[in-house]
Amino acid sequence: MWRFLLRTLWQRLWLLVFISIISHAVIHLAPGQPTEVDPMNPMMKAADIARIRQAFHLDDPFYLQYWHWLGDLLSGELKSFRDGLPVLPKIWDRFKNSLPLFLSTTLIVWTLSFPTGIHAAVTRGSRYDRATTFLAYALISVPGFFLSYMLILAMVQIFHMPVIGLRTFGSEGSPWHLQVMDRLWHLVIPSLMAALTGIAVLSRYVRSQMLEVIDQDYVRTARAKGLDEDTVVYGHALRNALLPFVTMFGFLVPGLISGSVIFEQIFAWPGLGQLGYEAILSRDFPMILTLNFIAAVLTLLGILVSDVLYALVDPRIRVE
Amino acid sequence: MTTPAETALPNAELLGAAETPFQQVWRTFRKDRLAMAGLYVLIALIALALVGKLLTEWWVVFDPTTVRLPDKLRPPFSHASSALAADQVPPLGVYPFGTDELGRNVFARVLQGSFVSLSVGIVAVSISLVIGVTIGGVAGFYGKRKLGPFGIDSLLMRFTDIVLCFPTFFLILTVVALLPPSIYNIMAVIGMTSWMGTARFVRAEFLSLRERDFVLAAQALGLSEGRIIFRHLVPNAMAPVLVSASIDVAYAILTESGLSFLGFGVRPPFATWGNILADGRNYIFDAPWLFAIPGCAILMVVLAFNLVGEGLRDAMNPRLRKRAS
Repeated sequence: MWRFLLRTLWQRLWLLVFISIISHAVIHLAPGQPTEVDPMNPMMKAADIARIRQAFHLDDPFYLQYWHWLGDLLSGELKSFRDGLPVLPKIWDRFKNSLPLFLSTTLIVWTLSFPTGIHAAVTRGSRYDRATTFLAYALISVPGFFLSYMLILAMVQIFHMPVIGLRTFGSEGSPWHLQVMDRLWHLVIPSLMAALTGIAVLSRYVRSQMLEVIDQDYVRTARAKGLDEDTVVYGHALRNALLPFVTMFGFLVPGLISGSVIFEQIFAWPGLGQLGYEAILSRDFPMILTLNFIAAVLTLLGILVSDVLYALVDPRIRVE
Repeated sequence: MTTPAETALPNAELLGAAETPFQQVWRTFRKDRLAMAGLYVLIALIALALVGKLLTEWWVVFDPTTVRLPDKLRPPFSHASSALAADQVPPLGVYPFGTDELGRNVFARVLQGSFVSLSVGIVAVSISLVIGVTIGGVAGFYGKRKLGPFGIDSLLMRFTDIVLCFPTFFLILTVVALLPPSIYNIMAVIGMTSWMGTARFVRAEFLSLRERDFVLAAQALGLSEGRIIFRHLVPNAMAPVLVSASIDVAYAILTESGLSFLGFGVRPPFATWGNILADGRNYIFDAPWLFAIPGCAILMVVLAFNLVGEGLRDAMNPRLRKRAS
């Protein structure tokens, strides 16, 4: 087991190196220089541009730029092109904002999609099953921002719920319990909206996994023994249908950065997705590269965790 | 799910042996009412897109680019005002979907956009299919050969793993923002970041097909490798590829609308449903139809692609097929 872990870690490390090289190549080979973001600015003289390019190693050859980036990242001194502030603390700040949104979204998705999916599988072909199937496809097919805008209109007009930002403006001085409640209240709509697609996808998946096992012989045996329906469905069928979901935990983590760009934009949520969007707009190469790199690290970690979990949960899987 | 028509055919099991695989799939697919509805909608939409291309560009009846400032933000089914010049009046003098902030006919724009949106999806998926089938096919068929110290299979699959690790939407956004804005770049970028699933399916199919007897027979007959690959392996590996392709078209259209929302979508003069929708959100209180109409159009086409894809997947799954009949 330990040898397997060490070997996969070693392989993943190589993957990371290649990922960072490719993302560098993509960014540097694409046309458009970071110094051209504001070409109309009269304060930018040619000499200044040259000085800036010098300071950020932009005139060095490609491999040297990569080397500078890697060294600065590892020593924590990587600075943003945009404001010269260190990249890692900025990312950490935004990460603290993104995390609650991500956690509550995940919680909503996983608590709601299991009951809906299981019920649909147990009553296969019923009106409920067909209705949820259609609804799930509709939710997968609608552009996220279209649905969000429609619901924002309804929610604001009917319930007066906040839909912008982390907290009420100017609430910093209030007692801590009011601040906590305020932040939770601001979390409701964004996390619900971000969760809708997830619920649709996951409940479909739960349904199909349950259908895989519900016709198996051991389920029939359990029924034949005279067990009540709940024990059959939850104790025998669901437990065996759960296996693939262990691996899905791993694939959730990267959604922290990539999946949140649009939703954070809609709800003016100052998180990682917004940070990435701002970095792209201002061609802030160190920030883009670092976010990309962190997303890749998270993906690889997620896959590793799910592999290990799978091996732990399913005794049939042997690590060679 | 036993239908009356099914029970009326007691010999269905026996007849099944004489059916071609395509007929079997079609028989199961036809019973899936959601998938059939999706198929009808798709056919109608493709026809609409062609008609739209015809009527807005080649034989202009609906002009999507005419600016009519006296008729700004008119609601659907309103009549054109009398202040317009004769050549600006829309057909029949009515705006079926209203007008936008420049007085352009939204119906004409949606009609024009239907062709552009569908072609964004279809071209992007074609690109991803070509890349995915090539990489998966080479890895599956020539995987055991060596390229230097590494096997071709492990090289190509590691490369696929690397691309899978990129945060896709973020990557698309980065590249689209850096490249000069053009509809072809968007198609190419979406295509080049979505081939990984196809490559994996095709590789797995090729690996198992290569060991089958009919391939062995073809080799024994002395057929060329190209003929074996393209006549015998590719058609047999197409089933999962077709399913994922139709779902990928849906995904590509959604991605385009997401890019439009962030301001990196297809630029004018092309109207797509994505950018009509993204522009419409600025007038969501004054002119909700600018937002609702393209939104519902996207919902419909993406839903149709998804339903057809899922219906195909169910119809091609032999275990489910047995259960359904």
